[in-house]
Amino acid sequence: MSNGTINTQRNKSNHVVNVKKRIRVPNVLYSQNIAPYFFVLPFILSFCIFFAYPVFSTIIMSFQEVLPGETTFIGLENYKNLWNPTFLKAIKNSTIYTILTLLILIPFPLVLAVFLNSKMMFAKNIFRSITFIPALTSVVVAGIIFRLIFGSQEGALLNSIITFFGGESRAWLNSSGTSMFALVVLATWRWMGVNLLYYLAGLQNIPKELYESAEIDGASTWQKFIYITLPLLKPITVYVLTISIYGGYSMFAESYMLYGSNRSPNDIGLTIVGYLYRNGIEQNNLGFGSAIGITLLLITFIITITQLKFLGMFRKEE
Amino acid sequence: MEINTRYKRKLASIILFIFFILISVFALFPLFAIILGSFKPSQEILRFGLNLKIQPEVLTLKNYSFILSGGSDYFTWYKNSIIITVFSTLFSLLFSSMVGYGLAVYDFKFKNLIFGMVLVVMMIPLEIIMLPLYKLTISLGLMNTLLGAFLPFVVAPIPVFFFRQYASGLPKELIDAARMDGCTEIGIFFRIMVPLMKPAFASMAILQALSSWNNFLWPLIVLRTNDKLTLPIGLSTLLTPYGNNYDVLIAGSVLAIIPVLILYIFFQRYFIEGMTAGGVKG
Repeated sequence: MSNGTINTQRNKSNHVVNVKKRIRVPNVLYSQNIAPYFFVLPFILSFCIFFAYPVFSTIIMSFQEVLPGETTFIGLENYKNLWNPTFLKAIKNSTIYTILTLLILIPFPLVLAVFLNSKMMFAKNIFRSITFIPALTSVVVAGIIFRLIFGSQEGALLNSIITFFGGESRAWLNSSGTSMFALVVLATWRWMGVNLLYYLAGLQNIPKELYESAEIDGASTWQKFIYITLPLLKPITVYVLTISIYGGYSMFAESYMLYGSNRSPNDIGLTIVGYLYRNGIEQNNLGFGSAIGITLLLITFIITITQLKFLGMFRKEE
Repeated sequence: MEINTRYKRKLASIILFIFFILISVFALFPLFAIILGSFKPSQEILRFGLNLKIQPEVLTLKNYSFILSGGSDYFTWYKNSIIITVFSTLFSLLFSSMVGYGLAVYDFKFKNLIFGMVLVVMMIPLEIIMLPLYKLTISLGLMNTLLGAFLPFVVAPIPVFFFRQYASGLPKELIDAARMDGCTEIGIFFRIMVPLMKPAFASMAILQALSSWNNFLWPLIVLRTNDKLTLPIGLSTLLTPYGNNYDVLIAGSVLAIIPVLILYIFFQRYFIEGMTAGGVKG
């Protein structure tokens, strides 16, 4: 008993000594005011060096002619030069690509996820795993595969299927309609499983009670889908829509791989980023390239804001 | 009536099953085609493209033996990809877990501002700052270096976001208890919180490793000489408008997918958590 009290007292006094020491020698290691800045420092540094500075620099460069050793301000000249058939073609290609991928990569994964989530479905996990596998391939490997599948040889996969059914083989990557088809198939192949995963995760967050009470009220499967599933999946849809718009407008690598370079016959595969890469990196015209980048930023920004507004995401809900 | 609905349900589930088998075929057959193609002589690919014809007499291991004999730069690219993947994953985990933790557990003056900055980085695609970043990389002397191929993206927003979410769910009492015991703030993070965040580390490690292994655009800009290229960039140089090296290209593509596929088989759960991290608020 008495021993116990002595021990606690000793401990207490030790503690007091420790605290005093810490106060006397202000120790940074223990400061809760300094610690958070230490933890966020890597982000601050990387943000300033690799994000904020490049953003400002690209805005400034877009008003300059940047030549090795000298830069001159040329006002809006770069932006005026953007008004040319090649860039308009690039915008058109990127826009068509974005719209087509949106039309496929939102409704289909949504419906597939609902099917995969239904009570009637078996082997769910196996199908979920399989549909995700294409997302593991790099765009390079996927591009190589689809370039060969869409090959112009008569024996190439797609052509051999078509000739088997009595059709005529064609050079898929040489005309704009069919090459867009190839790009969209490639995107569908790689991203279907990922978007399906997003929707599956969203479906699992919908409380089962909602469906149960709807069933009691005599709702049909279709009504449950329209009145419960769809509205509650809206946040996921908005997310998928937003990243798909960004992804669609910044598409470059897919086209680069299908054509083996940034060159396609008659620029049928040219995208906005492809045009940026051509001018900025290949021809080292950083000023003009920056103007393309800013234009791309504005396009995606305006579309995203409009879409968010249209879907009512700025209204304060919860 | 009862029997009728049960019968209907069974029929529906069979139709669904067949439907998903078709989807699976769509997902897998391009991979099957390239694996099959990797066993065909390159002249065959050149003449007929990729197809599903199986003629046992032409199948050969020549493409693989050419790669394995070191007849190309393939191994150098593989090595470079491994180095970049390992280092960028390690740095990214260290830094993003620190930042995410800092944003989650402390109250400090610029907290919301910094979190806002994370969101802004998430919303502006790399393609837009690619040119000034390229110029900066030149002036930092990082062109054609492996470091330059990943350094700008080491502190990526999605892992920061994910770690922040994860850390804010951890019990604060542990932190207070550790402080009482005289642990330093950094000590609390490394000794107590890091072990607790293991599942978050696993998901982000897998996600980071996958995106680093498959990364294309930035390495394409930074890496210039054959001895510095990564696997995807190396493979892409074999594909030209004028002619292709199908022997290395096809077998090389298959070998590039294999490590990811093996990881996926073992760590599926973490892949899926990592992929959906950005989109789903729990």
